[in-house]
Amino acid sequence: MTARVSRETRAVAIALLSTAVLAAAIVVVATRSPGWGAFRAYFLDWAIYRDSFPEILHAFWLNVKLFLVAEVIILPAALFLAVLRSLPGPVFFPIRALAIAYADLFRGVPTILVISILGFGMPALGLSWLPQSEFFWAVVALVLVYTAYVSEVYRSGIDSVHASQDAAARSLGLSHGQSLRLVVLPQAVRRVIPPLLNDFIGLQKDTALVGTLGVVEAFKQAQIDQSATFNGTPYLVAATLFVLITIPLARFVDWLVARDKKRQQAGRAA
Amino acid sequence: MSAGNPGDRLKPATGATVGAALRVEGVHKSFDRLEVLRGIDLVVSEHDVVCLIGASGSGKSTLLRCINLLEPIQAGRIFVGDTEITARNVDLNAIRRRIGIVFQSYNLFPHMTVLENVTLAPRKALKQSRGDANAQATELLRRFGLADKRDEYPDRLSGGQQQRVAIVRALAMQPELLLLDEVTSALDPELVSEVLDVIRELANGGMTMVIATHEMSFARDIASRVYFLDAGVILEEGPPEQLFSAPREARTRQFLQRIIAAGRL
Ligand SMILES: Nc1ncnc2c1ncn2[C@@H]1O[C@H](COP(=O)(O)OP(=O)(O)OP(=O)(O)O)[C@@H](O)[C@H]1O
Ligand SMILES: [Mg+2]
Repeated sequence: MTARVSRETRAVAIALLSTAVLAAAIVVVATRSPGWGAFRAYFLDWAIYRDSFPEILHAFWLNVKLFLVAEVIILPAALFLAVLRSLPGPVFFPIRALAIAYADLFRGVPTILVISILGFGMPALGLSWLPQSEFFWAVVALVLVYTAYVSEVYRSGIDSVHASQDAAARSLGLSHGQSLRLVVLPQAVRRVIPPLLNDFIGLQKDTALVGTLGVVEAFKQAQIDQSATFNGTPYLVAATLFVLITIPLARFVDWLVARDKKRQQAGRAA
Repeated sequence: MSAGNPGDRLKPATGATVGAALRVEGVHKSFDRLEVLRGIDLVVSEHDVVCLIGASGSGKSTLLRCINLLEPIQAGRIFVGDTEITARNVDLNAIRRRIGIVFQSYNLFPHMTVLENVTLAPRKALKQSRGDANAQATELLRRFGLADKRDEYPDRLSGGQQQRVAIVRALAMQPELLLLDEVTSALDPELVSEVLDVIRELANGGMTMVIATHEMSFARDIASRVYFLDAGVILEEGPPEQLFSAPREARTRQFLQRIIAAGRL
């Protein structure tokens, strides 16, 4: 027992030590580099960091809103698309084909192009009944692109549930829809939570592309501050904000996965 | 769960097609080019227990899956009771509710407790209330010695327990006909008998069953008729005493000799 405790303590100590050594090595290499002085002056100006923080934080709120609004639409839309692609039989061929064409198209075109085409193009059509707001078209662009990605994630989850699960459900007299909803999808979604999170993080980061439309979100605001001060530190502010939101997201899903595992192992009803 | 004497059971005269629970007529089944079933005829009377034996790949599982309409057939007809289930425009889901099937690999739903596994189809397909479905499931689980496993998840159960849950799940739909596909093949040897005992008890209770099995002594013990499948045709059929002791066909003799050599009869 005591042997195990001391072994665990030693493992922690080793981990801490090796991390410290690596960090020290990075610091030494960076600070000794010939351009360190210039780099430090350009990116690590504490006064500018402090001064630009409130404005960029305020602009970052727009990134969060873009992310939340888009994600709320993407999650069900992508699931719907994945289900369309899994419809059996020749009758549904056109629907499957359309779903595939959609996914191929929007995973193929760079996100920034979709944002630019919709964000500049749609208002330029001059149709008064079309929404003119850049925020609206930015959300549409992000939804179109990420629905294509996320539907692939769902689909891989659906495919990973063995066909025998569906056979068992159908053999009991459940319909295709019931089997999908009650047996296949619950297992599929549980399995894809980690890759789904990766797409969450990707989406959160890609909200910065919306700045190209002139929408003042965190990256755009940082750009504005940078040209006002001739200093790159505002970019660091924006980077800090993005990291602050994606790290908790990652830890949250780790926690979800661990909880799920524990619950199944404990054999307790949800 | 007593090992019942097959003689206790009320057996209708064999070969009677009146009141047949299942009639399979000239069924052909192909997977692409591969013809797996090449004209199968089979009649199962109510309360009969029919065992399908035959080498691996002879088509036993495929036949059971066709009877449960999990596989479409290319030719032939299948009747359950008076319904032609292979007719066009039948309600597949309604037919499947009348036929239970239990698979070699249990196929329990891993994200549901034992109780949820058993009550899912009665609630969603038969629209039973949660209370009724739970009561019925609890009673069935108790009958098969699984009462204390009600709230466990499948991965916490032994193979034998999982397979018994799978049988209970099929029984909860009160099927007219139960299909069992090598339900003991995936089990450790010491767990086989607990599952076979359950099947014996069902036979004693008059459940009509079609059982694909490699357990020859079990087949001899429980079957009212045995069908020997060879390369997609029924080469020989008869009562177990006759088929196992005095097979007519050379290939049946060969198959049984190999089984005896492997120590399984
Ligand atoms: N889904 C499928 N697609 C293609 N071929 C299949 C499929 N299912 C079964 N087969 C083929 O059909 C033949 C019969 O298989 P089946 O599983 O019915 O045999 P079996 O008698 O149950 O054998 P075993 O005793 O090994 O379970 C085999 O040659 C098999 O490879
Ligand atoms: Mg088989």
